[in-house]
Amino acid sequence: MMVQEENKQEEKFRKVVRRKTVRAFSWFFLFLLFLFAGWKWLVNQPNADGLPKPLRKILHVNEKIFSGVYSDSHLSKEYPKSSAVSDVRVNGDVGMKAYDTSEWTLQVVRFSPFTPVPGDTFYVTLDEIKKLPRTEVVFNFKCIEGWSQVTWWGGVKFSDFAAHYRVGTRDQSAPDKEYAPGMIAKYAGLVTPDGEYYVGIDMASMLHPQTILCYEMNGKPLPMNQGAPLRLIIPVKYGVKHIKRIGTLFFSAAPPPDYWFEQGYDYYAGL
Amino acid sequence: MIWSGLLIYWANDVYRIGWSDHTILKFFPDSFYKAFHVPFKLAKGMSFHFVFMWLFALNGFLYVLYIMFSGKWRELIPGKKSFGDAWQVLLHDLFLKKEKPAQGKFNGAQKIAYTGIIIMGIGSLVTGLAIYKPVQLSWMMYLTGGYEAARIEHFILTIGYVLFFIVHIVQVIRSGWNNFRAIVAGWEVVEDAGD
Repeated sequence: MMVQEENKQEEKFRKVVRRKTVRAFSWFFLFLLFLFAGWKWLVNQPNADGLPKPLRKILHVNEKIFSGVYSDSHLSKEYPKSSAVSDVRVNGDVGMKAYDTSEWTLQVVRFSPFTPVPGDTFYVTLDEIKKLPRTEVVFNFKCIEGWSQVTWWGGVKFSDFAAHYRVGTRDQSAPDKEYAPGMIAKYAGLVTPDGEYYVGIDMASMLHPQTILCYEMNGKPLPMNQGAPLRLIIPVKYGVKHIKRIGTLFFSAAPPPDYWFEQGYDYYAGL
Repeated sequence: MIWSGLLIYWANDVYRIGWSDHTILKFFPDSFYKAFHVPFKLAKGMSFHFVFMWLFALNGFLYVLYIMFSGKWRELIPGKKSFGDAWQVLLHDLFLKKEKPAQGKFNGAQKIAYTGIIIMGIGSLVTGLAIYKPVQLSWMMYLTGGYEAARIEHFILTIGYVLFFIVHIVQVIRSGWNNFRAIVAGWEVVEDAGD
């Protein structure tokens, strides 16, 4: 009798264990299925500029968050000139076809509330740019691919350039951070003379004290393969934004077209 | 995260184990990239990485909160004895020693591993942020020893996760069904000592 009773109890116990096990594993597999379905849903979403749309949305949120911690007083670390490399890496040649720099002038289009009118566009020569206060920056240039190099550049602060030519604002005053929103352009667009390479950059980063319109590298005139006669150096961004050979500079309230953004990269690309 | 990190790392795959011209192990061999379809997906890798970083951080944060407030940290934080115990566990698991080491809910080796992985997770967050925003969050970059150092540390931590995962899976298989069920279900069947 006793043994039978014990067997019955054990049988009952086994049943409970089996039931509970099946239940736990059902939840477990349901959870795995849920993860798998979520993944499938995500990668099959329609694309926006080379990425599934939900990813683009979250990258946009990231931009909001991290442009919130952006400050002009956060500087990219500066190095002594002696630590700058002599063989500066050349990593992109889009928009860099053979070019006669003697013909070059920078086309600048002012920020216009309405469609641009002919008077908004003017041209600046290299000599005129060189007359503006010269500045230098030696910093760790960071490529989006993951490599970095300490490099030495010379030119004019973009903020000095913009203040001198009174560009980037609706009323043609010098752009200032304290400016009423809407009066200062949100973005600057920069394009190579052949229109092949183009970037869009938020004005806050453009007006950063280390952002320069650059015409010198390692104390010498900018070489052809580094974007002679004038390129952008913007240490608060990845290298993709440091456009070589600027042909046109314009301002806009909406994000200007951006070459690598269209290939699936983050628009902001801020460091 | 590891998959998307791999897509990013590929674009500048400079790490290896070796000295001067001699390489013992290159991270990673071409066959490895080919097998996992890694090449030319930097943009995709970055986008997934910078979206799933939120899940990684949130998951870790919630886990740590749970461990703290449920009191379960008492079973997880290694004590003075844990390091000695862990050595015994290692010897036992490598079949160098017969007798079973002390085992509570978690043995010494487990306590060290499970606490270590949390510290590694925090390390990945800090080194990751240092690489992601080296100018705006420059203090994190300095904390990790600089931009390039942060990238190496981030990479080594990831290799650490892979090794942890492999050992973890092997140990789960070795421990058998009852233990695996405990992982999934949260309870285990304890044999009655009187039997």
